[in-house]
Amino acid sequence: MSPEVYRLVAIDLPAMLGGLMAAVTCALLGNFLVLRRQALMGDAISHSVLPGLVVAFLVAQTREPLVMLLGAAGSGMIAVLLIEMVRRVGRVDPGASMGVVFSVLFALGVLLLEKAAVRHVDLDADCVLYGQPEYMTWLPPAQWDAFFSASTLRLVPRQLWILAGALVLCSGFVVLLFKELRIASFDPQLATAQGISARLMHYLLMVVVALATVAAFEAVGSILVIAMMIGPAVSARLLTDRLVSQVLVSVLLAGVGAIGGYWLAALGPQVLGFSHSVSSAGMIAVVCTLMVGVLVLLAPRHGVLSHRLRQRRLARRVLVEDLLTTLLRAQQAGDAQVAPDRLASVLGGARRSERAIELAMRDGLVQQDTTGVRLTERGEEVASRVLETHRALQRYLVEEVGVRESHAHETAERLEHVVDEDVLRRSGGE
Amino acid sequence: MHAPPSLARTVDEIPTWQEVVETLLLRGGYNTTWVMIGTTLLGIAAGIIGVFALLRKRALVADALSHATLPGIALAFIVGTMLGVQSKSLPVLLLGAALSGVLGVVAIQALHRHPRVREDSAIAIVLSGFFGAGIVLLSVVQSMRSGSQGGLARFIYGQTAAMRHEDAIVMSVIAGLALVASLGLLKEFALVAFNEGFARVTGWPVTLIDIVMMGLIVLGVVAGLQAVGLILVVAMLIIPAASARFWTDRLRLLVLISAVIGGLCGYAGSATSALLPRKPAGSVIVLCGGALFFLSMLVAPRRGVLASIMRRIALRFRIARDHLLEQLHDLEQRDGRGTVIACRALADAMRERGWMGLQTRVFLGLLRLRGLIERRNGGVGLSERGRAIGARVARNHALWERYLIEYADIAPSHVDWTVDRVEHVLRDDVVRELERAIARTEAAR
Repeated sequence: MSPEVYRLVAIDLPAMLGGLMAAVTCALLGNFLVLRRQALMGDAISHSVLPGLVVAFLVAQTREPLVMLLGAAGSGMIAVLLIEMVRRVGRVDPGASMGVVFSVLFALGVLLLEKAAVRHVDLDADCVLYGQPEYMTWLPPAQWDAFFSASTLRLVPRQLWILAGALVLCSGFVVLLFKELRIASFDPQLATAQGISARLMHYLLMVVVALATVAAFEAVGSILVIAMMIGPAVSARLLTDRLVSQVLVSVLLAGVGAIGGYWLAALGPQVLGFSHSVSSAGMIAVVCTLMVGVLVLLAPRHGVLSHRLRQRRLARRVLVEDLLTTLLRAQQAGDAQVAPDRLASVLGGARRSERAIELAMRDGLVQQDTTGVRLTERGEEVASRVLETHRALQRYLVEEVGVRESHAHETAERLEHVVDEDVLRRSGGE
Repeated sequence: MHAPPSLARTVDEIPTWQEVVETLLLRGGYNTTWVMIGTTLLGIAAGIIGVFALLRKRALVADALSHATLPGIALAFIVGTMLGVQSKSLPVLLLGAALSGVLGVVAIQALHRHPRVREDSAIAIVLSGFFGAGIVLLSVVQSMRSGSQGGLARFIYGQTAAMRHEDAIVMSVIAGLALVASLGLLKEFALVAFNEGFARVTGWPVTLIDIVMMGLIVLGVVAGLQAVGLILVVAMLIIPAASARFWTDRLRLLVLISAVIGGLCGYAGSATSALLPRKPAGSVIVLCGGALFFLSMLVAPRRGVLASIMRRIALRFRIARDHLLEQLHDLEQRDGRGTVIACRALADAMRERGWMGLQTRVFLGLLRLRGLIERRNGGVGLSERGRAIGARVARNHALWERYLIEYADIAPSHVDWTVDRVEHVLRDDVVRELERAIARTEAAR
């Protein structure tokens, strides 16, 4: 195989695969953390795994991933219990108790790390932040015929197997316990009443989060794990309203974040004319975060932009409908035409009435000539429908709700634009 | 002047006593002295600001803020290098840090305003996203021909050993500024922290005060960056305040204690790090704080864990005492003065209430020590004092029973059950009140 392809297979492929698996694993669990308002628990755990990692290393004197995993999961659990204890026994604000516990544990970890680094060079403070993706290189045979053999698989870096294991474990956890997780997250009391211990689910989730954090740690470092947990989950929440689809979408977005982040880090600088690539772990975190920022603005239903658009559309409709009903009322009083200045006083200003006339003319609802504005046939139709709604609402408010006659008009004036026909029928308007 | 500690030294030598004393008395050399003064000042300032961060529940916003300073530092370095400014100049880097920290806080606010993004998610996202951007920029710095990132990594974990006295002076000035400002605005901060609504309706510029408070948090974080590092600097804000909270409920004392704890941590941490230069100062400071926190949690007089355990034991003791004295009183009423309960019967009765043999023995010993009971003919009987208390307990019991029947409308068959639990918490003035009330009813009949 050509050197370019070999480079791709040996360096880019394992790193990308690692990032992808880490991101998907984290995103799966992140959904529940976000739902339970425990996003920061992930943060606390990921800071707190450090001392466990170092202690495991110092005790076992090896970087064997399983040993490290055990140590880290252990200290993650200790952190969760300590936070709970400080919060309960000491009656400390939950945020502060997290802050105290994880910073103390992290400090302990850094101190121990210094001790470890004296004797061993391959575990240092930097790998905590950046992870060690360079351990994830795969050096298969360069010839295609030798490539497809069992021994090639054996050369797959350990970290990838660990990540694959974590992915299987976490997806298994989420799929098998989905119902329990969902009910315990949405309504802990109901869950407990139905025999699903919400507390047990909480601790189970925390254990799995600690495991996933450690597994992903190697690929991206401790702090960026949070971005992969929370970013895709929050993004998915902006796109959908159902938990199942939220989980699926978050997995998809995590994949996009991981692969997109990696390519941006590896290729982006070259496009800009720099020769070096930048940190892929950092870039993945940035992409996961930007995703949230973009979706907050642009998400189809829940985005700020679409919200603004909806508001504007509604405001326009209200304006036009107000114009039409004013004209219709005038017509019923005997004036087929209304002078623009009278409209301006009703609609709140000349600019608003001009805008209303312009919009209504564009839809063919009114006609304007030198003397004034008159309704077209379609305009009359729309106006009488709105007026009917108005009257029905007024009647309903007075007779059923018990609003005073003098107050009902104002409320009905506001509701006439938003109440749909179904509600109207049910309220006895017909 | 002492030579600065060599970084090439790989293992810390144990310092002599003389070195320890000299360092602690601020005679450990020009640099060391400045660093220690600066760190102590930082601890005091952070302790005070932290009180308000804690009261406003901003602990984790401050954490996100400190993580968000990283891209600013790296970007300031890159831009500085491009413009040919002395790129390692500390004020430039710290300015960058402050700006991106503020940007981080603004980003949290903006995300949080969206109804679908909760505050905890917003904090977590900003924290890790900004930190990620910082790491990307650090890798850019690393690849730049002009310099290594060696100068920047110290902002992540903090390092006092490499600080020069100029750096320490910058730190002291920022910390001093924050200190003066927070002391000057104590009243305003207290108002906003305790009763935001009241402050708003009485015309205080709450938003402005909030922004100033956030600004001081930024100052505290930025001042602490090089000594403690951006991951742990938040601990200097949270830990002293959270520890002080165990000791008092009064704001002025809270601020004072928090400042003392913060200063102590800063002093101890920088001294340790001066003596053992390889030990990362930030971690040492945070661990000192952590030790003080857990100590406070254990031994603080009212809110401490030990105190609350003691209270619980005392209550249990009192309930058992009242039970026993009342029981003896009732026996004496029936069988005449000097009646005793056999030791064995008593131990059995106590066991039914969950007291182990040893506990019962200690309990009886204490009662005898206080002269409430006496040992007579193989059993336990009342002393003069015990008799008086037993009579009072029995009277309280009767009063409560009466009260519950007459006022609270509880069926007589249920009364005893309730009484057994509340008579022990009845205060003397309540008893008098009850007596009068019952006397009134009797008279009315």
